[in-house]
Amino acid sequence: MSKIKLKLAATGLNNTDNPGPGVPVIRSIRESGTFSMEVVGLAYETLEPGIYMPGITDRTYMIPYPSDGVEALLERLEYIQSKEKIDVLIPNFDAELYTFMKSSDRLEKMGVRTFLPTLSQLEERHKSNLPRFGKKYDVLVPKSKDILSYQDIEKLREEFEYPLMVKGKFYDAYLAYNEEQVRMHYNKISAKWGLPVIIQEFIRGTEVNVVALGDGTGQTVGAVPMRKQYITDKGKAWGGITLDDPAMMELTRHIISKTHWRGGMELELIKTTRNELYVIEINPRIPAWVYLAVGAGQNLPEALVKLALGMEVKPFRRYDVGKMFVRYSYDMIVDLPRFEQLSTLGEVEPEKSFKSI
Amino acid sequence: MEKIAFERPFIKKLSAGMPSKFGMKTEIKPVTHIDDVAVEELIQKYGSPLFVISEKTMRETYQEAYRAFSTRYPKVQFAWSYKTNYLDAVCRVFHQEGSWAEVVSGFEFDKALANGIPGNKILFNGPDKPEEYLKKAIEQKAYIHIDHFDELYTLKQLAATLKTRPRVAIRVNMDVGIYPKWDRFGFNYENGEAWDALNRIMISESFELEGLHAHIGTYMMTTEAYGIAAAKLADLATGLERKYGHVIKYIDMGGGFASKNTLKGAYLPGTDTAPSFDEYAEAITSALINSGIKPENLPMLILETGRALIDDAGYLLGTVIANKRLSSGYRSTIVDVGVNLLFTSFWYEHQISPARPTTQHTEETAVFGPLCMNIDVIRESMVFPLLKTGDRFVISRIGAYNMTQWMQFITLRPNVVMIDPESKVHLIREKESLETIRQQERIPGHLQAKKQ
Amino acid sequence: MSLRKNIAVSDSGFVFDPSSGESYSLNPIGTEIVKLLQQGRSNEDIIRDLTGKYDVDDATLERYYYDFIGMLKQFNLLENGE
Repeated sequence: MSKIKLKLAATGLNNTDNPGPGVPVIRSIRESGTFSMEVVGLAYETLEPGIYMPGITDRTYMIPYPSDGVEALLERLEYIQSKEKIDVLIPNFDAELYTFMKSSDRLEKMGVRTFLPTLSQLEERHKSNLPRFGKKYDVLVPKSKDILSYQDIEKLREEFEYPLMVKGKFYDAYLAYNEEQVRMHYNKISAKWGLPVIIQEFIRGTEVNVVALGDGTGQTVGAVPMRKQYITDKGKAWGGITLDDPAMMELTRHIISKTHWRGGMELELIKTTRNELYVIEINPRIPAWVYLAVGAGQNLPEALVKLALGMEVKPFRRYDVGKMFVRYSYDMIVDLPRFEQLSTLGEVEPEKSFKSI
Repeated sequence: MEKIAFERPFIKKLSAGMPSKFGMKTEIKPVTHIDDVAVEELIQKYGSPLFVISEKTMRETYQEAYRAFSTRYPKVQFAWSYKTNYLDAVCRVFHQEGSWAEVVSGFEFDKALANGIPGNKILFNGPDKPEEYLKKAIEQKAYIHIDHFDELYTLKQLAATLKTRPRVAIRVNMDVGIYPKWDRFGFNYENGEAWDALNRIMISESFELEGLHAHIGTYMMTTEAYGIAAAKLADLATGLERKYGHVIKYIDMGGGFASKNTLKGAYLPGTDTAPSFDEYAEAITSALINSGIKPENLPMLILETGRALIDDAGYLLGTVIANKRLSSGYRSTIVDVGVNLLFTSFWYEHQISPARPTTQHTEETAVFGPLCMNIDVIRESMVFPLLKTGDRFVISRIGAYNMTQWMQFITLRPNVVMIDPESKVHLIREKESLETIRQQERIPGHLQAKKQ
Repeated sequence: MSLRKNIAVSDSGFVFDPSSGESYSLNPIGTEIVKLLQQGRSNEDIIRDLTGKYDVDDATLERYYYDFIGMLKQFNLLENGE
């Protein structure tokens, strides 16, 4: 069977020590049996490693930050689409999802397909809305509260016990043992991600994660549970192993079927000593460790592309238990002209011979 | 030889991890005209700074809001929130469109009357309604929205003296799942205070209980809270139907709709996140229609939204005074618009556009006002094109609150013009002069003698 | 006034300072000035050149020119002692 030609665009090329999912997502689809691919990288910063890694992107364009708004993004994407003919676009950052969802109709008109959760799915699973989510769908969630000012921090001790978690709207989570630490994290997080800052009850137990894909009708296309074996100082997995845990799988299927989840998803769960599973966060996209699922037999990024193209996708039945991943870092040599071209023109072309300045 | 257009030279450090806007082909769009009138021409004629109001935008925004609600609900009435912008010309545009008046002081009450609004189309809100004005409101048959029990008893006494039944509503505060909770105005729903107030009103027989009022907060980015508030007011209304067979005439959902400005601390811009009138309307009207109120008794729905109706219609035009490097090398631009005129710069990241096309080159800049005060900052940091001394700029979306909360501080307040739908420019508030300020002052005799 | 000897400037306005490792970008007129500085031309000379070429009055040009030179100094791109 000959492979289908596909031009894919993806963000999240920041394969740093706090990696975005772009590079593993691209790598997974490149290994697909179905597609033969060209990849357009979309980058926010000039040093995202995926721009320079061989065999990942064919060319890369800079795009405006989500904080510049939908119009600025669409204008840029229209320009990019006039040069490329992108079939499917996979956004990989939490902070940009809202902007891409708002743009999805106009992207569709340009011929760019996406497969994203709906705005209400995005809103409903938001950290601030987690308590309501728990009640509505009958899942265990930690108690949480939005705070908007210093005054709120003093009042926390009336409702929470220390330690507690301090979290940003999109990213960042810190454990705080006292008010002073809450204040410190509050300043840091609010400066970066705005308000509110979310306070969450700290649930003791083991953190476990699930990567999953919903087809939008309530069906779970695939799901693989994992436990992090080694964690960086940023709380990111540096090594992990697939688990055999029917309760986690059942919870995942329950959430996807109740919410009719559409697109990729990562569940962050805490398993307590009494074997209860608390939902800590629901990330509305594929996580950076997705390649483990591919290695265990479920190419979820490929399935997502198929769903975006309206192709039929059969749910995955199995995965290998006890498969591990270990991340490593690797120094590439990059010639200055590549960086220069991206910095001054906002795009790096594929086969340009760079002369030294 | 033809000379090349000049742009000031500049250099920018490229740093990884920072937004690298440079080299991106997104230009900052200039605002050269407002409703077909050139910005430069406006400033030449009326001076800088200058407030400009687009009548066309006002009317279009009003009609859009009215359409959103009236296509979903049978009886809809808007009431113009005077405190948002009480320039007479502005009020009269909304009154012409069909708005009643919503006032929160004796001064605003008189202003509404002077604008030709009869008392029975005035909603009188707020915690401070002096007895003299309560009397006036009763006589003019205005709708008095009772804020607290003390007011309720004052009104009861006045009713007895005047031998009239005042037309009243109560303001209700409640938990709608948002933070901060506004509980300083009106009677609380959850603890039964609101129901208690309604019972006392019904039993006393001194009042005409006409409506229920809530105003849940300001700059509400979620429409869900309005749905909850409408449902709670509807619940009180069904309670009145059941217990007294009393049918109220209206439910007033107040205001608080967000405009498209970006709040400080927000990550995504307001143009992307502010709900539309349709979204607010959907939440409110579906809560009322799905409530226990009998269909034939569905009350009139009143909306007091101010900001969302006028913000987009207002512009503040100004001129660059100087550019300056701070000791850190960071660029700052000093402009003739200060926080005394643009109060909202304390909470918005205002959009500032050049008044003529510029190249795509921009630089991170702080924008300072002209006051000799450290707090006079219009934008702490924005990506701004390379404007020079004397260049004009336009600050958009400033129609709400600035022309009421402005201060005569250090400088005088400038002209305000309105551009009518035929693009004719009308001066609607003349700039202040030394005389405007001095005529209010009195100099004691012993300070008048001239010394040699 | 001249640019430090080891600074590289490309036609696209990209500047690389090998002693600090910093990179910068210039707008077209900035690139033009930096290239002239590289040739060791004096400020007065450069200003005269530019006023002939651009639609700008002397005072304005001079003001923005020295502001730009100030930024080059701030970034430590000029030879010391000038």
